[in-house]
Amino acid sequence: MRLLSPKKQTLDAIDPETGVALLPVEPEDMWHANNLIAIEDIVKAHAVRRVVQETSTGSVSSERIHIDLFIKVTSTFFDPAASALHVSGRVCRENSFVSVGQYHTLDLELNRQFTIWKEHGWDSIALQTLSEAVTDDKPEALVAIVMQEGLANICLITDFQTLIKQRVESSIPKKRSSAKDTAGGMANFYEKTLSTMLRAVDFNNPRPLLLASPGFVAQDFRTYMQTEGAKRADKKLQRIARDAVVVHSSTGYVHSLNEILKSPEVQATMRDKRYTSETSLMDQFYERLRKDDGRAWYGVKPVEKAVAEGAVGRGGGVLLINNAFFRSLDIPTRKKFVALVDKVKEDGGEAKVLSSDHESGQRLDALGGIAAILTYPIFELDEDEEDDEDGGEEGRLGSEGETTVI
Amino acid sequence: MSRHQAVRNMDYQDELDDYEGYSEEEDELSPEDRALMEQGKAAVRAALATSASRVTTAQIEEALWHYYYDVDKTVAYLISKFIDPPKTQKPSLTPCQGLEFVRQTSLATGNTFGSGGCLSGYFRGMPWGNIPEHRKALLIPPPQPRGGLLGGSAKMSKLQQLAAARKKKAEEKEAQDKIEQTRSQMKDLSVSSSATKENSPLAGAFGKRLKTSESTAKGRNPLEDGERTRPEAMEQPLAKITNEQEMAIDPVQEISVPETPSPRVGPSPFAQTLFGSSSDSPKRKIREFFPLPYMEIAPSALDAFSNPSPDDVVLTAQSKAGKKQSDATGKKNKKKTDSSADGVTNGVGALKIEDAPLPKSKNLDVLSEFHSSNSKKTASFVVVGHVDAGKSTMMGRLLLDLGVVDQRTVDKLRQEADKIGKKSFALAWVLDQRTEERSRGVTIDIATNRFETDKTSFTILDAPGHQDFIPNMIAGASQADFAILVIDASTGAFESGLKGQTREHSLLIRSMGVSRIIVAVNKLDTVGWSKERFDEIRNQVSGFLSATGFQSKNISFVPVSGLHGDNLVRKSPDPAASWYTGDTLVEELENSEPSARALAKPLRMTIAEVFRSTQNPLSIAGRLDAGSLQMGDAILVQPSGEKAYIKSLQVDDAPADWAVAGQNVVLHLSNIDPIHVRLGDIVCDPAKPIQCVDMFTLKALAFDFLMPMQVDVHRGRLHAAGRIEAIPGLLDKVTGAVTKKKPKIVKPASVARIVVKLEAKVPLEAGQRVVLRSSGETVAAGLLE
Repeated sequence: MRLLSPKKQTLDAIDPETGVALLPVEPEDMWHANNLIAIEDIVKAHAVRRVVQETSTGSVSSERIHIDLFIKVTSTFFDPAASALHVSGRVCRENSFVSVGQYHTLDLELNRQFTIWKEHGWDSIALQTLSEAVTDDKPEALVAIVMQEGLANICLITDFQTLIKQRVESSIPKKRSSAKDTAGGMANFYEKTLSTMLRAVDFNNPRPLLLASPGFVAQDFRTYMQTEGAKRADKKLQRIARDAVVVHSSTGYVHSLNEILKSPEVQATMRDKRYTSETSLMDQFYERLRKDDGRAWYGVKPVEKAVAEGAVGRGGGVLLINNAFFRSLDIPTRKKFVALVDKVKEDGGEAKVLSSDHESGQRLDALGGIAAILTYPIFELDEDEEDDEDGGEEGRLGSEGETTVI
Repeated sequence: MSRHQAVRNMDYQDELDDYEGYSEEEDELSPEDRALMEQGKAAVRAALATSASRVTTAQIEEALWHYYYDVDKTVAYLISKFIDPPKTQKPSLTPCQGLEFVRQTSLATGNTFGSGGCLSGYFRGMPWGNIPEHRKALLIPPPQPRGGLLGGSAKMSKLQQLAAARKKKAEEKEAQDKIEQTRSQMKDLSVSSSATKENSPLAGAFGKRLKTSESTAKGRNPLEDGERTRPEAMEQPLAKITNEQEMAIDPVQEISVPETPSPRVGPSPFAQTLFGSSSDSPKRKIREFFPLPYMEIAPSALDAFSNPSPDDVVLTAQSKAGKKQSDATGKKNKKKTDSSADGVTNGVGALKIEDAPLPKSKNLDVLSEFHSSNSKKTASFVVVGHVDAGKSTMMGRLLLDLGVVDQRTVDKLRQEADKIGKKSFALAWVLDQRTEERSRGVTIDIATNRFETDKTSFTILDAPGHQDFIPNMIAGASQADFAILVIDASTGAFESGLKGQTREHSLLIRSMGVSRIIVAVNKLDTVGWSKERFDEIRNQVSGFLSATGFQSKNISFVPVSGLHGDNLVRKSPDPAASWYTGDTLVEELENSEPSARALAKPLRMTIAEVFRSTQNPLSIAGRLDAGSLQMGDAILVQPSGEKAYIKSLQVDDAPADWAVAGQNVVLHLSNIDPIHVRLGDIVCDPAKPIQCVDMFTLKALAFDFLMPMQVDVHRGRLHAAGRIEAIPGLLDKVTGAVTKKKPKIVKPASVARIVVKLEAKVPLEAGQRVVLRSSGETVAAGLLE
């Protein structure tokens, strides 16, 4: 993402009146934009709107016009697979075609600038997101195929997201139908996975490929790629196969990415990447939790209390918080969490905003989206709010609608 | 495009060429003829005088040629034909054309009469136009038996016929397959071969005929007209044709320019000999298109044929039965009228059921059958243990000693194993059949085999020991009544095993509900059948197993040597092992009582294997967890929710009519697509289906710390990803009362109620046992609530 500064403003000095103009240049910028644009912000962007005009004789003509619209955001929708961001809201500045208060959904496009004004000012989280968004130094996305017999998940791991590009499922005949069938079934499965991978991921620029599986599936798949590359005399495929790193995982499901990202092979090659550090932080947290030494807490209320007591501070205090928290919340709640983060930073602790689109973020999500490692143990943080949380918990479960509980 | 079609297309071209060539040949005049022609032309023009302008030179030439330069006849003909035509005349149809036309029709309809040359006699001197009724009737084609080349062409030599017949026979099958395409093309062909000669509007009318009975009559007429067989039928449409044509078409143009490039004539006998199939199929097609019975019917009666004739119905039925022609016939009937199409559809519906009859149920009362049958006890056991404890080898040896596998097979395997330097794996290869398993020397998936003793018929489930394949081991354990835990007695191996899968496997089998366990202390021969070692292992393992929840009366220990077969089936001959006086492994197995079966419950079966067999495209195997089934039963496969029928079934590899809970069965299914059937799916009774859920509450025993985290859920073959959503409470181990609400974390060995949310809906129901794993380790097991 590029920062276009009409008045020579920098990240350090943002003029709230001028707004921040941004130019998304790659698909992931849409993800950043999604994190940046909060409810009640004002967004100006290019829009195509159908305008119906009625002439004096009563005949109606409609035409599509290209205009710049100012809308006050009511909701955003991000499609991770297509990296498309739709921002809905009400028009807040009138022009000759659209009047104030009409609804419009802006589809933000690559290489078309948009401008954001934040009514409530740019808080620390927003600034951090903005600086992450405009940084030029971006490592190449990592491709990981997590597989097991008959199942392969092809994922693209960028700095901020884990995109599941494609899921390959294939039924492998089992032993009784003779070994030959199984071997044939596996060969089919490898072929399917390989062709899907080449279709789903652009390998024109060399990029790291991780193959992970329990047992020998990943190893066999790599061998298959090699022989296939030799057979087709495909230099690119041979190179991909040669550079692929085979790691062990316990299953072929996406959540095994955690194991993969903390495996020594991956750590060695990709130590400085953001997601590996996030994964190791989550592991640290789980480790503390297992020890049950009163220094690891999760859930909104215990963490809030701990932060209020100043327990998440200098000397190992870490606050882990999902960025989904800042995305969809209303303004007061957002302010509360921003204050939480600021407090931890003030106390000298580490505040990490994890990407909810990463595996580590999803692990955190399971813990309620927020967790903290304390500098000193506090016990019984969860004692007195049981009744409150019961209500909250039910509300949360109930809101998921389509789940079936037995 | 198939080669067949290519050939046929080329064929039409040939036919076309052939036809043109033929005409040229005819038209080619010798110098004398030419001179005569010139003279004749001049004479005719003179005779016609003013009206000569209404006749083209070509027409005159044609007429002259056919009347062999007889000027009078030609003039008479031309006047009657062109200059002063009666209403019903066909102006464009010069004798020559008519002749060719007949020839062509005759070819197309199966060489009903001799071709052009021979026929010319019939028409000599015939005034084309006002054909008296009685003369028209002359050319009714003889009724002709159905079938290939029976009509025969007069131009065809016997040799040619023979060749053609042979060709036809060879290609008949192919032609059948292509029948539908052929037919559609032939329809065009038949229209053009009859109608294009006359005029193209007629072709249009011909096309329309399909819609109403009136147009049916119209459409059929051109052909009859072409054959000069049905004057009544011809009368009205022909008048129409003439009018239309007079307005629209210049006769000359029509003669000289073949308007449609589509093939319009039958092939020459030579071409037929060369390309038999295509000329065969047109003939057949056309006959089907204009079935003979219609020829005999007056046009007034044609309306009666807006519906398919009885013959058609029969034909349809026949072709349906033969499956191959179904589409073609269906199409044909649909083209006739809409109502007939409906009829056919109904007929198809009815016939389809006959085609694939649902398996017949014998409506047995399975449970009473089961109680009355005095079949042997059936039991299945799973063989578990740490990797390389010798599970597969021991089972291979057991099967060899029991005579299930013969020495020859083992020798052959030994030879193969020797080739890749793994001679000692030969016995394991009896069960490890996959190439990967053999090349790596590791069992990857559950292997099943069967043997019988005097009292019981056993099913072996040989589980993989490697940590990565524990999901497969869980699948095996879920099918077992009891377990053999194999322990490697050699120094160091036992200790590492106890930390590894020995522990995890015994935890798993206990939590899967297996209560009886036989511990086979293997490889004792490597430590010289040391009793001390055996006792040491026995003490440690029995302590550990009791802690896991096995009752001591359900645990027994047998010192064995899997490789040599000591104490498996026979007592060890080694004097060093004489201290052991207990039962052999097989005797211990026989002493084990299989657990009670849930016979009366609704049917449940987890699919452990899906495969194609020679008998059936889709077969599944597994153990009936509950209930019973019989041949012909409808079953529901969850989570796909697809219904299938049991075509036949096998119990313990023998065909059977029914099966009950506890038995290992193979079901051959029908009426279901294989994509709906996957490993781990559940087969259940459609009347009492199992629910698919994506969230469930579990009363779980924790083996490791539990907190809200991502887990894999295993139930038999079923393997799903999910996460612990909430931990509503810690429970008291004995009473089950809640001791702490909403704990932050569940410690190992404590019991808690947990809520698990899955990524996708899977079939689960209360009372089932599931295992939760995380990061390659078993973290909890429990009962669904």
